[in-house]
Amino acid sequence: MAVLHSAPKITSNEGVKDALSAALGKMLISASEEHGEIIFTVKRGGIEDALRLLRDDHEYQQMMEMAGADYPSRAERFEVVYMLLSLTKNHRVMVKISTDEATPVPTITTLWPNAGWLEREVFDMYGVLFAGNTDLRRILTDYGFEGHPFRKDFPLTGYTELRYSEEEKRVVYEPVELAQDLRQFDFMSPWEGADYVLPGDEKADTPPIDDPKVTEKPSDTGAGKAANKAAAKPSAKKPSKKPAAKPPEPTEDRPARRPRKGKTTDTKAATKPKGGKS
Amino acid sequence: MTMQLEQSPTTGDEVITNYTINFGPQHPAAHGVLRMVMELDGEIIERIDPHVGLLHRGTEKLIEHKSYLQALPYFDRLDYCSPLCQEHSYVLAIEKLLNLEVPERAQYLRVMFAELTRISNHMLNIGAHVMDVGAMTPNLWVFELREDCMNFFERASGARMHMAWFRPGGVHQDVPLKLLTDIGDWIDNRLPELFGDAMSLVIDNRIFKQRNVDIAIVSKEDAIAWGFSGPMIRAAGVPWDLRKSQPYDVYDRMDFEIPVGTNSDCYDRFMVRVNEVYQSARIIKQCIAEMPEGPIASDDRKVSPPKRGEMKQSMEALIHHFKLYTEGFHVPAGEVYVATESPKGEFGVYLVADGSNKPYRCKIRPTAFSHLQAMDFMAKGHMLPDATAILGAIDVVFGECDR
Repeated sequence: MAVLHSAPKITSNEGVKDALSAALGKMLISASEEHGEIIFTVKRGGIEDALRLLRDDHEYQQMMEMAGADYPSRAERFEVVYMLLSLTKNHRVMVKISTDEATPVPTITTLWPNAGWLEREVFDMYGVLFAGNTDLRRILTDYGFEGHPFRKDFPLTGYTELRYSEEEKRVVYEPVELAQDLRQFDFMSPWEGADYVLPGDEKADTPPIDDPKVTEKPSDTGAGKAANKAAAKPSAKKPSKKPAAKPPEPTEDRPARRPRKGKTTDTKAATKPKGGKS
Repeated sequence: MTMQLEQSPTTGDEVITNYTINFGPQHPAAHGVLRMVMELDGEIIERIDPHVGLLHRGTEKLIEHKSYLQALPYFDRLDYCSPLCQEHSYVLAIEKLLNLEVPERAQYLRVMFAELTRISNHMLNIGAHVMDVGAMTPNLWVFELREDCMNFFERASGARMHMAWFRPGGVHQDVPLKLLTDIGDWIDNRLPELFGDAMSLVIDNRIFKQRNVDIAIVSKEDAIAWGFSGPMIRAAGVPWDLRKSQPYDVYDRMDFEIPVGTNSDCYDRFMVRVNEVYQSARIIKQCIAEMPEGPIASDDRKVSPPKRGEMKQSMEALIHHFKLYTEGFHVPAGEVYVATESPKGEFGVYLVADGSNKPYRCKIRPTAFSHLQAMDFMAKGHMLPDATAILGAIDVVFGECDR
């Protein structure tokens, strides 16, 4: 495909993928080249050796960035992506590995000192462990924060909120209470990305029947003389006395929200008329 | 503040050993909310542990919940001193995934305003750096220039700081001719005069040199290993500038030079920035001279919205407009890492698209992260007041560092 965009132009990718794939050898799982980006997926255990090889033998001197990503549907849900830059060849490649919550990834602080904070960030945001990183503290979240906020199953609003408490004269942490539910707008066209069933579409996904019912003879239709005769006979049993099923109860009103714990002195003061009697 | 008293083994006197102090989180020289736990031996810095993240807003997570266009203004709010340069990386990443062609005039406009942003960013940093080490006047003078830049941004986009003016496919609106001529006049007259005056007070100033020369020397090897970029790596003598080596938009047509340092200290970092201002001015002048007439956004109606006039005539245009501002556009699945030369260094965006109208993952590479991480080894053995000079020369902004 012809390149039309005006994104940064680096040295040609031609042959780089094959050459580096051969060099990585057994460590490599797969290599791809899409959108002008070369991505090598390597084995988790071999990441340090793979990156050392790229740094020392293939002139990728700088490790500019390390990104975590979460794909909850995969068996190993996390990806860690390393972006390498070669100052001499003027080229970039990406190397990635995958891992899960429990399996640690070998650290690369032995190769680049700036990996320290980047690994701390991936740990903080995703909970990926790095074996050998001696300083794996949280970095971006609050002191004493729990959870890993960039995981896809962590809610956007979080679990705690903090405010300054006038009574206690300090900042207090409370569970998040939203005045209204977080609004998530879904603007996808319904036939493209809606994850709910459209009205009238309930049966659209019913699988087709293997042995379809056919009416080849007139008697198969359930009509005709024989059927009329059978229908004229009175039924053997009396009609049932059981009462008909009741309509469902109307839905209950939403229970009233628990009032906020904190005193809302400030708001009262704001609405109080100035100077006059309250 | 803790102080430990110990018996000296030789004299038996009580001696003061190390001091641990907090620099920040609220400190005027910390350029934002930075807390540095410093271990001092007298006034000599033994160890620094920077605590970042006090301004963490979860931008990357918020972006995952917005359409591509809605996510754009978040980039202004990262490094609020150079908003357009952050947008630049993001729109280029989207265009790379879409393989979208941008009209020439839009490319020129982007380059021109990215350079204007660079000047405005350097004005703030140079002023703040000078003030951190004790000078007051130059800061007030260069802030005038920064104010001028903001007025230009306002005339182009309607907003002084958070422009959201670069859009996937081009820029949001064309600029009036008068704005271009005014910028040209400003580059010719006001900028060199006022900036030259301000710098004449600083560059050869004895006190300024005392505070900056030979402070925080970083070798070329260290600068590369620590992932330095921008003025920090150029001060170390590596002529590495993404605008030159990996040109984007029309940078490959621009004639400019890359200033490099020789000594890799705070003074060199400062001087690299000072020279970059003049180089940026050169680029802006070339942009004004060469900029062609024509459209300012892609004519791909699935990505960039139609003109208002068109919408009043054409049903199709109206539908396009409606779909773009509700659903947004879809980006083909894939992942790219696009980095541009922001005034502070390499600002990168790692964008993972899953084919829907929202980014699946958007990792932002802040420039300050690797620079600030090197704070410990840069400041080791220096005096406490040097820490402010080192911080000033790093040019750190916490909106971007903490994201």
